[in-house]
Amino acid sequence: MKHQRRGLLVFIALFAAMLSSGGCGGKNEDTHTAAKAETSASDIGVGPVTKVELSALDPQLAKKGKAVFEQKCTACHKLDERYVGPALKGVTQRRKPEWIMNMILNPSEMLEKDPTAKELLGTYLTPMTFQDVSKEQARAILEYFRQVDGAQ
Amino acid sequence: MKRYLWFPIVVAMVAGAIFHGCKNSGTTSAMASDDAAKTVYVPPGKHDEFYLFTSGGFNGQVGVYGLPSGRLFRVIPVFSVDAEKGYGFTEETKPLLQTSFGFIPWDDAHHPELSMSDGKPDGRWLFINANNTPRIGRIDLRTFRTAEIIEIPNSGGNHSSPFCTENTEYVVAGTRFSVPPGGQDVPISSYKEHFKGMLTFVRVEPTSGHMSLAFQIQAPPFDWDLSHSGKGPSHDWSFFSCYNSEQAYSLLEVNASQKDKDFILAVNWKKAEDYAKQGKGKRVKATYYNNRYDEATHTATSTVNNEVLVLDPKECPGMMYLMPCPKSPHGVDVDPTGEYIVGGGKLATVIPVYSFSKMQKAIADRAFAGEIDGIPIIKYEACLAGEVQKPGLGPLHTEFDGKGYAYTSMFVSSEIVKWKLGTWEVVDRVPTYYSIGHLCIPGGDSKQPWGKYVVALNKITKDRYLPTGPELTQSAQLYSIEGDKMKLLLDFPTVGEPHYAQACAAELLAKNSVRIFKLDENKHPYAVKAEKDARVERKGNEVHVYMTMIRSHFTPDNIEGVKVGDVVYFHVTNLEQDWDIPHGFAVQGAQNAEMLIMPGETQTLKWVPTRPGVYPFYCTDFCSALHQEMQGYVRVSAPGASVPISFGTGR
Repeated sequence: MKHQRRGLLVFIALFAAMLSSGGCGGKNEDTHTAAKAETSASDIGVGPVTKVELSALDPQLAKKGKAVFEQKCTACHKLDERYVGPALKGVTQRRKPEWIMNMILNPSEMLEKDPTAKELLGTYLTPMTFQDVSKEQARAILEYFRQVDGAQ
Repeated sequence: MKRYLWFPIVVAMVAGAIFHGCKNSGTTSAMASDDAAKTVYVPPGKHDEFYLFTSGGFNGQVGVYGLPSGRLFRVIPVFSVDAEKGYGFTEETKPLLQTSFGFIPWDDAHHPELSMSDGKPDGRWLFINANNTPRIGRIDLRTFRTAEIIEIPNSGGNHSSPFCTENTEYVVAGTRFSVPPGGQDVPISSYKEHFKGMLTFVRVEPTSGHMSLAFQIQAPPFDWDLSHSGKGPSHDWSFFSCYNSEQAYSLLEVNASQKDKDFILAVNWKKAEDYAKQGKGKRVKATYYNNRYDEATHTATSTVNNEVLVLDPKECPGMMYLMPCPKSPHGVDVDPTGEYIVGGGKLATVIPVYSFSKMQKAIADRAFAGEIDGIPIIKYEACLAGEVQKPGLGPLHTEFDGKGYAYTSMFVSSEIVKWKLGTWEVVDRVPTYYSIGHLCIPGGDSKQPWGKYVVALNKITKDRYLPTGPELTQSAQLYSIEGDKMKLLLDFPTVGEPHYAQACAAELLAKNSVRIFKLDENKHPYAVKAEKDARVERKGNEVHVYMTMIRSHFTPDNIEGVKVGDVVYFHVTNLEQDWDIPHGFAVQGAQNAEMLIMPGETQTLKWVPTRPGVYPFYCTDFCSALHQEMQGYVRVSAPGASVPISFGTGR
């Protein structure tokens, strides 16, 4: 009887721990997001893209990027609302262009090593996946995001 | 009373222990030595050195293992449906199992054979025979999937198959059960008159691997048991073993074991090819299927053929010769140099080894002892290189280590016997647990064996593992052959009953393994490559669902407007382009199976709802933290209901 009761207490404790760690995604966000978001603003992420030179918006390239985005990304991302992953409007203001391209081209390593990407996985839980996008296509998607965000 | 009941059991156990004790008095004990563990241990996350492909026997599949660990990686369905993967249940894979007898969901698969270039495994394809409804399957070793199946007409049991020639010019298919060709309705007692033992040569197109029947040779009605083709000097030749040269058709156990010698048949396939080109053969009506899986459309299609070219040895002199072989031989195995041909006479007291050069000389000298159906019989001594004396009981099958030694499995005395080519002396023997059938050395039937291990494929398991009721696992054993003495390293269970296995260096295949199917290259007519194109279309009473899946939702995941009496086709495309992210699909009440869909692939499940209701469908292959949420509903209304087709996701 005594054992049973102790067992029950342990169970409750564990359950509470699980709940709190389950809620950890939210909690982490509260405590760490602000700090991380700041550091990530200068972060280019991990992957094949180390430097992107941005100039005036290339509408032709943005058009190509829109086509690729609709083909390969819209199953999980909308521009204006959270879907499987975050809404992407404003992403060029939140992240460096290099970071955006690395997230598209190298998501599994990003989710393992990049603090911002790890944070996002904690929130959305479905890992972003590589969709067989070439570097050129990723650059085009970036141009499309810039257009959406009002770049000239 | 109870005490007395135990007595015979105890006696039996003691007797068993003594019996095993005797058996163990050889060089190796029933237990592997302590240091064996180190040699077979592959640490977590590390890879094996060899791939091992075992036939599944009565399960119709191929098992893929790693050596030296004995770990099972994959079961490739070939001749049997596999509900787990949807193989034979999806609309795309059903045609692979079509035959002239209709859809055949099962077969008995015996001999895996790696494709060869220059007499060495080249890592392109693995062939395997179906014994019951005679066929040959070809597995693409980039995808580890069945790519093609061809039916063999005029054959009663495709056993001596699918051994390939030195450059995979042909794979062969000799019939174990002779039958009257063309499905003649004749008395069984007219066996000698009407029955034929057809030997089929299947051409393999070198780049695509596509198989086609080149010609059939009408051989005498013996039981053509196994085969191997020559290499090097014997490149142009294929060898077939036979039992039942008595031509018995009842109680073969006794009636086919009368003569002291049966035969090994040497076929000059190059000459047969020439005869076929010269128009020597007869075109005979025969219906057979050829089914190919197209990797671009993710779909198999069947072609029906109606004719085959048959060569009669009587009209084709020099095409084939019989070599007497004691007694009821099983294996016929060619050594790495291509000079020696070893017969495994399972009822014989010696292992005969034939010399290819002596055979050539005997043919030139016409050292014949008679003929059968126009096929000369070469005098035994005129083609014999030597005999291995007192090898053991029941020699079955031989492979080679490339260092001058041969290893023969002994079914009756349950052991592997190592002997030296040239001197024919036995140098080592090791017991197997129990009753070994075939054995396998990686590349052991090729010009260049990796002579590191031999695998025993045992027929009896008995007490080697925890019991599981009357049906036990099948068992393989791994032995080191690197030193002078063979050493038992590992027992490992196998799926099905492996009759034969082949192995090759892992590096030959691992580097070519396909990871995803590219969506851009998906030419499936019902593929949907972007979520916005997902839809439901009605065509009469057919409802076609063009569905996508990605972690972790279906589009559409709400479907209405289906009615009882409709036939629903779920054409599901996995939009993932990431390695090892398959999704599964199952719908309630489906009378077929689930299906697993690899990244970039499209597969179709047919569903015929029988009563109104709302039916869930869901992903069966755990895909992400939100896998449990990967689900949807399809509403089925009564016939004549006015619910229109509608669909969507996230509405």
